[in-house]
Amino acid sequence: MIDRTVFKERFVKWVLVAFALSSLLFLFLIFLFILSEGLPLFLKVGVKNIIFGFKWAPTKGYFGIFPMIISSFLVTIGALVIGAPMGLSCAIYLSEYSGKKMKMFLKPALELLAGIPSVVFGFLGVIYIVPLVRNYLGGSGFSLISTSLVLGVMILPTIISISFDALVSVPKTYREGSAAMGATKWQTIYKVIIPSAKSGILASFILGMGRAIGETMAVIMIAGNALKIPGSILDPLRTLTGNIALELAYATGDHRLGLFSTGVVLMVIIMILNYIANFGIKRKIAK
Amino acid sequence: MRINPRIINRLVRMGLNVQAFFTVGILIIIVAIIFFKGFPHMSFAFIFSFPEDMGREGGIFPSIVGTIQLALLSILFATPLGLGTAIFLTEYTRESLFTKLIRFGVESLAGIPSILYGLFGFIFFVIKLKMGWSLLAGVLTMTIMILPTIIRTSEEAIRAVPRQLRIVSYSLSASKWETIKKVVLPAAMPGILTGIMLSIGRAVGETAAIIFTMGSSLRLPLSVMESGRTMAVHFYILAREGISMEKAYGTAVVLVLSILLINILAYYIMNKAIARYS
Repeated sequence: MIDRTVFKERFVKWVLVAFALSSLLFLFLIFLFILSEGLPLFLKVGVKNIIFGFKWAPTKGYFGIFPMIISSFLVTIGALVIGAPMGLSCAIYLSEYSGKKMKMFLKPALELLAGIPSVVFGFLGVIYIVPLVRNYLGGSGFSLISTSLVLGVMILPTIISISFDALVSVPKTYREGSAAMGATKWQTIYKVIIPSAKSGILASFILGMGRAIGETMAVIMIAGNALKIPGSILDPLRTLTGNIALELAYATGDHRLGLFSTGVVLMVIIMILNYIANFGIKRKIAK
Repeated sequence: MRINPRIINRLVRMGLNVQAFFTVGILIIIVAIIFFKGFPHMSFAFIFSFPEDMGREGGIFPSIVGTIQLALLSILFATPLGLGTAIFLTEYTRESLFTKLIRFGVESLAGIPSILYGLFGFIFFVIKLKMGWSLLAGVLTMTIMILPTIIRTSEEAIRAVPRQLRIVSYSLSASKWETIKKVVLPAAMPGILTGIMLSIGRAVGETAAIIFTMGSSLRLPLSVMESGRTMAVHFYILAREGISMEKAYGTAVVLVLSILLINILAYYIMNKAIARYS
């Protein structure tokens, strides 16, 4: 007969293994169901007609999402243009220049920014950024530039916290070596510290892109959701996420399948971005 | 002419200083706008009365209850799963292909945007499992979304518990599970609580995944099979459909204030925990 304690230990271990496997199970289910709903339409309508199709009229059999793919990338790049320099300079300030007390105040404040819900960003974007763009730059205000501005701020916490970690993990000896050569602090930062933290900083930009391309609620409130490739930064646009969120509530039949096809494309883009980012981070740690 | 590197250094330092405060300034401005615009519309009656005329009049009581129900039930499911995974990863196994696979799963879940959780929850829980737009479908979707946060924070908290504590416990002939239950988990509790608080904050603020699983019924959900509306969803509908700006601002104050308080509490607990072991 097995001892009770031994039995209990084994029981606990197997329960924990089952719990640990749950994450994998959920990931599998998410893939399975989004793919099983999204792929049939690719076979029926053709990959080319969906990914490179220009016309989205799902009730009439047109499922082209090319303008949305381009729009998603445009807002993401726009967000990065705004968020990357701001985020990186914040991270440099936090890791290299700020005193301990300042850090104690700034870091939590920046983390709180990450907690503000995206609907609140969207709302404030509509109330303040959209009229600002409309009055000073023209157009309706619901535009690529408004969306990029708001997304740029939304991805700041991601960029700051990951580049901060990368900058902090540069060994102290590098800084001392550079200082010993008579370099100023800034010379040390841009000639020694940034190059050695390069892959972590890049990873933070790519994860920031991942956040921007997956962002939904703020985007549908500000982007204007027009079904074409924007011709200028003042034109409205519709992203992949926006397409799903705007139509899922009432879509049926092939229309709904089309939204899942949109989801498949989004999922593939996100997986690629995350893979690149994780690869970058891992290489940094290995070094 | 060559500019003195020391002057450049000073300029850069000043520029970065301004930049950092500008970023924090954005947070302060966002919070300030919401508070100044919203406080006049917030009152005891607003919080505790039912909405009338689609939210044009009355209060937000059902959406507050809906938010609390969603957050607490998701935590109830996600905490045992996440904590169990963290215990397994830290105490029961070495780094191997199996743990790498699990970590890959957790990382991937963390990277999936909320709209894809919405799509999945909609097709799996709402349609295939025939739950309909319901509190239960929302809770199960949210559970999966917050699982990575709970796993990561719990894992870090458990790893930070000094080895000596475990060794002493074993030397008193405690078994592995007894050691974990009576020594490791109590010591790691503040870190675990931080993860739980952050997850509650996420559940309170989430919209995209919830609107397609829990729906947006304005009634008070009395069972898990009924649809309900969280504050974030209510705020979104008020603002997007232009139902009432005053009520939208009022809802925003309650929403942002609760998330800020939850997150501040989370970081407070975490700082206490860090101070304990360093």
